[in-house]
Amino acid sequence: MIESRSRTAWLPHLVLALGVAVFVFPIYMALIGSTHDAGIIGRGSLPLTPGGLATENYAQAWSQGSGIRVKAPPVSRMLLNSLVMAVIVAVGKIVVSVLSAYAVVFFHFPGRMFFFWMIFVTLMLPVEVRIIPTFKVVSDLGLINTYGGLTVPLIASATATLLFRQFFMTIPDNLVEAAKIDGAGPLRFFKDILLPLSRTNLAALFVILFIYGWNQYLWPLLITTSRSMDTIVIGITKMIGTGDAQTDWNLIMATAVLAMLPPVAVVVLMQRWFVKGLVESEK
Amino acid sequence: MPRRVIFDGKLLPYLLLAPQVAITLVFFFWPAGQAVYYSFFLQDAFGLRQTFVWFENYKIVLTDPLYLASAWRTVIFSTAVTGLSMASALLLAVMADRQIRGAAVYKTLLMWPYAVAPAVAAVLWLFVLHPTIGILGRSLRDLGFAWDYKLNGAQAMSLVIVAASWKQVSYNFLFFLAGLQAIQKPVIEAAAIDGAGPMRRFWSIIFPLLSPTTFFLLVVNLVYAFFDTFGTIHALTAGGPGKSTETLIYKVYVDGVVNLDLGGSSAQSVILLVVVMTLTAVQFRYIERRVHYG
Repeated sequence: MIESRSRTAWLPHLVLALGVAVFVFPIYMALIGSTHDAGIIGRGSLPLTPGGLATENYAQAWSQGSGIRVKAPPVSRMLLNSLVMAVIVAVGKIVVSVLSAYAVVFFHFPGRMFFFWMIFVTLMLPVEVRIIPTFKVVSDLGLINTYGGLTVPLIASATATLLFRQFFMTIPDNLVEAAKIDGAGPLRFFKDILLPLSRTNLAALFVILFIYGWNQYLWPLLITTSRSMDTIVIGITKMIGTGDAQTDWNLIMATAVLAMLPPVAVVVLMQRWFVKGLVESEK
Repeated sequence: MPRRVIFDGKLLPYLLLAPQVAITLVFFFWPAGQAVYYSFFLQDAFGLRQTFVWFENYKIVLTDPLYLASAWRTVIFSTAVTGLSMASALLLAVMADRQIRGAAVYKTLLMWPYAVAPAVAAVLWLFVLHPTIGILGRSLRDLGFAWDYKLNGAQAMSLVIVAASWKQVSYNFLFFLAGLQAIQKPVIEAAAIDGAGPMRRFWSIIFPLLSPTTFFLLVVNLVYAFFDTFGTIHALTAGGPGKSTETLIYKVYVDGVVNLDLGGSSAQSVILLVVVMTLTAVQFRYIERRVHYG
């Protein structure tokens, strides 16, 4: 655009292709590893081309999980746990945040700012800085090894509340006025006007929060002690153990591929909402 | 900021707020309060009795050479991860911002690692860099380099840095690209007409205009390196060999969950809390500034 760069036109392509290669390389090796037998990998003679055991390895990982040296629940079970966790966390965060933002923006009531700040301050209290006491609360409530314990404590969301609050404040007073004149009460207005207007924001936030829920680590590690409650991200690191050479790497790699697939698919397929959600939720 | 037109309702707004407020009270404020409370007590070995000791736990933690070593390690780790992932992301974003064929395809191909969990990224790199089975790990040894991250602390640290940065580049890339695309092209064209070459244009115009994005990413990346890399470390090295990859957040986990030192771990939590508060405050000062100056 600025100067003719026939001389350097290849440079961006080279750099970007190199970047893509660095991103793809470990994934490629995982795919290759998931198509060979554990022996070849353990001897350190894994080739750069796919082997013929893809079906067997994925079938075994999917329905049994465990191999000769690795003990794990079936991948189908762990994927289900992750899916339940990610969906409940994402939907839960959206629901509680949309409701709180609605209350804070469209009503005047004593304590409005107090509650707003109370939600806002949770930004500064990530799980990591209150590990043991939070664990104690969850265990006192009898929620260890339950989906409730996995998800409910993560459901509050300052970021989502802020995002909806910002969006709600751009809704013109005229619209609210018109709805009131037409006889719409607060719940009617919320359901028939506000939610449909928020559709893109809801989709964008869902993508971000789904990935957030899917990729949780420390929390499920603490809350689940029974292997059948393992999420796939936790399950896979338990499979690795101490990282010995002689283990069922073929199954571990098949599990790794299956663990990445859902969140990566969500990002790629919902790209437009993903970028919007990412850039806006961090503002 | 308050709206002119609002709804009436005495009870309704409280009902709307109730779910979120209940969760924050039970799972955020109460436990955080407990952490502060426990940080002032010393437990006996069986957890039966506790003595109020004022700031003794903090004194113990902050004068513990192991804690200070871990703090220093965290500084090195966070700086490396932030620097590496931001520099490579900026380079990729500048290249993707040029008007080249297939820019949209590159963007798609560069954004997806964001979706990979830190622990899964760790597993992928472990498979590649494992000293006996990893394809790169073996190559390093074949070249005569004594690569074994299970024995060598510095190598373990570099492995954790690579796995943690790899995953974070996409995020930074998307923000840098958005920042670059928001820069008015005529400004850059004017500089080109005045005879500034590509490097000069980048350092004197583009980079300064990008500084709000850079600053924002700096804070976000530090928070990521501090907290979200727990999974990376847990999956790759579990803090070892020795304590060579034990960052502050990993130490809180080890002392609290594994060694069951309630007082010491709580004091460490409170110290981390102060770090988060500082970072969040810095971030919000910046947002305020951006609101004022566009």
